[in-house]
Amino acid sequence: MLAFLIRRISQSIVVLLVMSVLVFGGVFCIGNPVDILIAPDATPAERDRAIHELGLDKPLPEQYMRFLTDALHGDLGNSFVYNEPALKLIMQRMPATMELAVTAMLMAVFFGIPLGMIAGIKSDTLLGRSIMRFSILGFSLPTFWVGLMFIIIFSVYLGWLPSGGRGETVEVLGVPVSFLSWDGIRHLILPAMNLALFKTSLAIRLSRAGVQENIQMDYVKFARAKGLSNTRIIGLHVMKNIMIPVVTVLGMEFGGLIAFAVVTETIFSWPGMGKLVIDSIGVLDRPVIVAYLLITVTMFIIINLIVDIIYSILDPRVRLGDQN
Amino acid sequence: MRQKLLIVLAIVTCFAFGATMAHAEELTLGLKGEPTSLDPHFHNVSANNMQSLYVFDKLVRQDTRQKLKPGLALSWKPVSDNVWEFKLREGVKFHDGSPFTAEDVKFTIERIPNVPNSPSSFTGFVSNIRKIDIVDPHTIRFTTEAPAPLLPRQMAAFPIISKKNAEGASTEDFNSGKACIGTGAYALVKWERGDKIIYKRNDNYWGEKMPWEKIIVRPITNDGTRVAALKSGDVDMINFVPPADVEGLAGNKKLVLSESPSTRLIYLHLDTDRDDSPTVSGNNGEKIKNPLKDFRVRKAISKAINRRAIAGRIMDGLAVPASQMVPDGYEGTSKRLKPEAYDPKGAKALLADAGYPEGFKLVIHGPNDRYVNDADIAQAVAQMLTKIGIKTEVNTMPKSVYFGRASKLEFSFMLVGWATDTGEQSNCIGALLHTYDKEKGFGSSNRGRYSNPELDATLEEALVTVDPEKHNELIIRATEMGIGDLGIIPIHYQVNVWASKKGLAYDGRTDGYTLPRNVKVNK
Repeated sequence: MLAFLIRRISQSIVVLLVMSVLVFGGVFCIGNPVDILIAPDATPAERDRAIHELGLDKPLPEQYMRFLTDALHGDLGNSFVYNEPALKLIMQRMPATMELAVTAMLMAVFFGIPLGMIAGIKSDTLLGRSIMRFSILGFSLPTFWVGLMFIIIFSVYLGWLPSGGRGETVEVLGVPVSFLSWDGIRHLILPAMNLALFKTSLAIRLSRAGVQENIQMDYVKFARAKGLSNTRIIGLHVMKNIMIPVVTVLGMEFGGLIAFAVVTETIFSWPGMGKLVIDSIGVLDRPVIVAYLLITVTMFIIINLIVDIIYSILDPRVRLGDQN
Repeated sequence: MRQKLLIVLAIVTCFAFGATMAHAEELTLGLKGEPTSLDPHFHNVSANNMQSLYVFDKLVRQDTRQKLKPGLALSWKPVSDNVWEFKLREGVKFHDGSPFTAEDVKFTIERIPNVPNSPSSFTGFVSNIRKIDIVDPHTIRFTTEAPAPLLPRQMAAFPIISKKNAEGASTEDFNSGKACIGTGAYALVKWERGDKIIYKRNDNYWGEKMPWEKIIVRPITNDGTRVAALKSGDVDMINFVPPADVEGLAGNKKLVLSESPSTRLIYLHLDTDRDDSPTVSGNNGEKIKNPLKDFRVRKAISKAINRRAIAGRIMDGLAVPASQMVPDGYEGTSKRLKPEAYDPKGAKALLADAGYPEGFKLVIHGPNDRYVNDADIAQAVAQMLTKIGIKTEVNTMPKSVYFGRASKLEFSFMLVGWATDTGEQSNCIGALLHTYDKEKGFGSSNRGRYSNPELDATLEEALVTVDPEKHNELIIRATEMGIGDLGIIPIHYQVNVWASKKGLAYDGRTDGYTLPRNVKVNK
């Protein structure tokens, strides 16, 4: 276990380093942020001053080395645009994104898995087929379109839910959250539904396939012969077996949900990190882009690790150390 | 019985009235951009400059047509060629109760060049001030290096902050609200980044009485979402209504639309400098001597553009064909310049005359996420030019890539926009048409490197002529020279549209700002 962890962490550091080099070089190739940020009537001298102050006049390797030394001290640099630490800006926005992603994931798990199991057991009935049709829709409709439809139906025509924003937040241990106030929940429903749609469909498909596969297996027949109730067979034995692929895939998807909730965040003007990073890319705010991607990659690494550990709990045959 | 009825009636009216009152006390605005900072001197960009006016005041105000009006300064006059004297308003207090004096003005002007890491500073507005003398707490004198006719305009460009609260303060202190203490109509309560900015009314404000106790500004960048937020009643008013939505909203009885032309000019810049220009070629792709240097070719291009069609079809009527740098009625606009009439025949004749009867090949470059319908305008211009024989290819790209490349002079023919935020066009002429001169600070956005020594001399003379009439005359002459020679080809001025709930309307501003004091309440 320990050897596994050490190997994983050293691999991760290499990934982080490579990623930061790529992003640094990439942003450098696109252009100079000062050209976008500066007032068009600023004098050339003023432009030079801005470039100098932001440290952009140094050769790229020098800029990168400076970034690396600072990063080792826990400082990922100040945003060019906001003049605040990039890390702080991202961390300020993280709770909003996390809340949205967790809510969407819970929706996907609590609706998707049972629905998928039903569709698997009763695949020939109208109900089973309807569930599958719904999942096809959920897969194929583009997120931004569904989001706008949600707004038009639930906010503009019905007037039930607000069209965007985060609403009232309550501080829990210094972190603002929406789900503890009624106003906050009302603001959370639509974006979370929007974000959950695709993942729910995915969970439906995965669990349906799992159930259909498992239900033919000998252990199910054996359990039936033993006289176990259907509920117990499906709810416990089959469930346990289909969870392995579901956990793996949804675990990975959760990372994606946090990192790339940007479409939903933009449509519902949800103040999350996705929106921050899209704005930052638009103005080549390199420190924020780099910090964001470093955090995202770290997050993926951690989630991967957790998935592997859960995996080993679900399936005792898997040993963490044995992977090589 | 009657008494009972009266009481019931009274209660009902109370409730009804109370409800409308509660509604009237709060104003929620859904705005397209979010400021990058609440430090009013950190980043010279429209979203920041507008938001800072909620909390702060400037010495000199700009009205909805960008004419100068007294702000924190009551009056100003030149005392001698190089000295301006400003009389300050008395009895004005900052939100924390401390009085506003000339010390705060001096402090502000001294802070501006020293805001660390500013990506676009306000230094240009104060760099010609050599000395600041406080005559008495409400009189201040500025000595400039050379005569400075535009000093009052400069003073209308940046807000005054409080020395007591902002001394040594960083940009972060403004964002958190600690140093964000002004004299304005509203005081900052809280900025929840990405979600909302909350303001409360300053009851001691020296200016207009504001009807709303609380203002909530919500940044909603997505056009569709902003419109939906207004329709669903989540916000009371939105800015930058997308042209495509205007017709639909106009039919909605619960909403009111307010329009105003803006100083945002969309124009074409052409390489008039190099003989070998990067994206011009002969009809078979061979290298040719840059035809854009020939005035007749430029004139042909200008004549080939159907400005009314662009304004009507592509901009859905939300554009005014342009003849010069700023719309009619501004200081320094020429009455002689008119939008070029659409004349494809004349254009062809001019091309033939210039020695290009078969035309040539050209690429138009433009941004696709910066101005209203920018990529579509570039497309239309390309088609119109192709019609007269200049086979034009379109290449549009995100602004993050575009402006850097444009400034590196990688393009021959480009679509760009310019907003005259100062409300006066000398800085526009200086940046776009004056010969590129790093030392003197001219021509910073002259991406076609147009150069006309006569224009340069006229503009430079205007910039040191304090007499307003003479100054204006020189500016007009410089404009006529540059535009007459087609150093740039103007296309149109954008029209901005605001939409609000019934009962509210907006007194549209040419600078496109959405300010509480210009929101009108109709009973």
